[in-house]
Amino acid sequence: MTTETPSLPRTRPPATSPPRAEAPTAVERERPAWLFLAPFSIMYLLFLVGPTIYMIVASLYNTSLVKSGLGTFAGLSNYVEVLGRPDFQSAMGHTVLFTVLTTPPLVILAFVFAVLANRIRRGQWFFRLAFFLPFVLPSASIALIWVFIFMPDTGLLNLVQGWLGMTPSAVLADPNWAMWGIAAATVWWTIGINFVLYLAGLQDVPREVYEAAAIDGASPWQQIRYLTIPLLGRTTTLVVLLQIIASLKIFDQVFLMTSGGPGQATQVALTFIAGVGFTDNRIGVASAASVVLFVVIMLIAAARQGLTRFQNARA
Amino acid sequence: MASTTIQKTPGISAAAPPPARSGSGGGRVQQDSRSFTIISRVLLIFFALLWLVPTLWAIRTSLVSNATASLGASAVLTDTSPTLHSYSVLLQSGDIWNWYMSSAITSVATVALTVLFASMAGFALSRMVFRGRKVVFILMIIGIMVPTQVLVVPIFRELSAMHLLNTYWSVILPQVPAVIAVFIFKQFFDGLPKEYEESARIDGAGFWRIYWSIILPLSRPVLSAVSILTFVTVWNNLILPLFTLSNPKLMTIPVGLATVQGSYGQRLADIQASAILGALPLIIIYFFFQRRIIEGVAGVGVKG
Repeated sequence: MTTETPSLPRTRPPATSPPRAEAPTAVERERPAWLFLAPFSIMYLLFLVGPTIYMIVASLYNTSLVKSGLGTFAGLSNYVEVLGRPDFQSAMGHTVLFTVLTTPPLVILAFVFAVLANRIRRGQWFFRLAFFLPFVLPSASIALIWVFIFMPDTGLLNLVQGWLGMTPSAVLADPNWAMWGIAAATVWWTIGINFVLYLAGLQDVPREVYEAAAIDGASPWQQIRYLTIPLLGRTTTLVVLLQIIASLKIFDQVFLMTSGGPGQATQVALTFIAGVGFTDNRIGVASAASVVLFVVIMLIAAARQGLTRFQNARA
Repeated sequence: MASTTIQKTPGISAAAPPPARSGSGGGRVQQDSRSFTIISRVLLIFFALLWLVPTLWAIRTSLVSNATASLGASAVLTDTSPTLHSYSVLLQSGDIWNWYMSSAITSVATVALTVLFASMAGFALSRMVFRGRKVVFILMIIGIMVPTQVLVVPIFRELSAMHLLNTYWSVILPQVPAVIAVFIFKQFFDGLPKEYEESARIDGAGFWRIYWSIILPLSRPVLSAVSILTFVTVWNNLILPLFTLSNPKLMTIPVGLATVQGSYGQRLADIQASAILGALPLIIIYFFFQRRIIEGVAGVGVKG
């Protein structure tokens, strides 16, 4: 705490800067700013704004990958087609299922791990290694590792299931369980980021708060229930929203582990879009689907921005 | 929000001071507290070991023969003759070297361009007064929210029109406008004292000199944080190179690994060895820069 620092008499810089000899005109003053902004802005326009506009425009045309140009104007028919297609509906449904399966464990386990790790002074590096290292590894490595673990009959999971007296299951080959397998691999892979965010949040809680609670006779459980959980409310909001956004964008794990199968059982929004765009060559329809997903994600991201700003203003 | 989130969070890794135990806590509570600490330690160690299993299992499998690996998990577990055969096969075949090369070139080039362009933009937003500053700021905030993965089809079309498909540029350029980097730089620059540049300006230094010889040298921590985070992100990106690079010689590690499952078939030990080799550069980076990486992601997440 630095609030008690006595104010030393210091030589302060003059409050107002000395008047300039010649004041540059507005244009002269502003030109360097635009020059500094230009390189980034050009890339921003080329690869964020440009594709977004192209996506919106192409969603209104019968654009195809095999022909150049936009093709014929289609109005809203691409949207009508996409929203009416059972495979798009089920892909969106699977995306939501994946989000529902991964968000609670990724938030709750990360919270528990962080609270427990925060009480242990020594060996923090070990817990960071165990929980966080997978997060920086490529999804392709993760997928190879987990497909092997889930391998029917010979995989590690079946061996462990045998030890525990359970019936071995072919997780990724079973339409009812494939998404659970992908979810498990994802929880393992990405919990590290939430763990680290919660640890950072815990470090911001002044130790005095807990000391005071301990003096008042609060048990560790009471401290967690009445102090830690409410004090980490902001972090939880952040983690949940980040998690939902990340889950809606799931592509890698599905593409690598099941390619959307078995059948269509794990087809998600982005694998649907890639399939329609790159395999069926129907850019217009893929763009319409992209716009739908884009809008959903932007709405949640905007809610997150708004909430963060609101909480910052209140804090 | 403190002026720089990056600097605000080093507490994560710096060992926190030991809890000052007050003797007046009362016997029962202290008893509670002690057993709670033991339980939490046991639980946490259990989960941490559980979390290590998949990686250790992949390493274990990569060290047996393909024949043993195809017999199943118990054969792998009880194998007593470890071999580096899979690694030597992979390292001699040459594919993995191509993938390493592509990943290294695209990652390093993206890092260089992102760090330069984003720090310049961050400098302008932090230090310069100009009309439209607010608009630029709002556009940047919107830019943070844009899910670039969803733009993969239009980005592909655009790269195709620019005749950049199957070049490294198709992986590099779309990843340069990482808006979050601009914010990280701006926040860091906002926290730097202005005294140095004021005296430099009196000496007649222009904005470029101030940016290049005063601000950047003071910004080593944030430069390395953004560099490492960008490197990891670009190295691990699957969806963009997957569709823009079809030439096997140009494939990055993730795209190359994505072909392994199909092309290696039953060579299960080789497959696990390739997963480990693909992850290896990042494991090394993690061990060298773990503090920066963790502070970086925590800072980005908090600000985001």
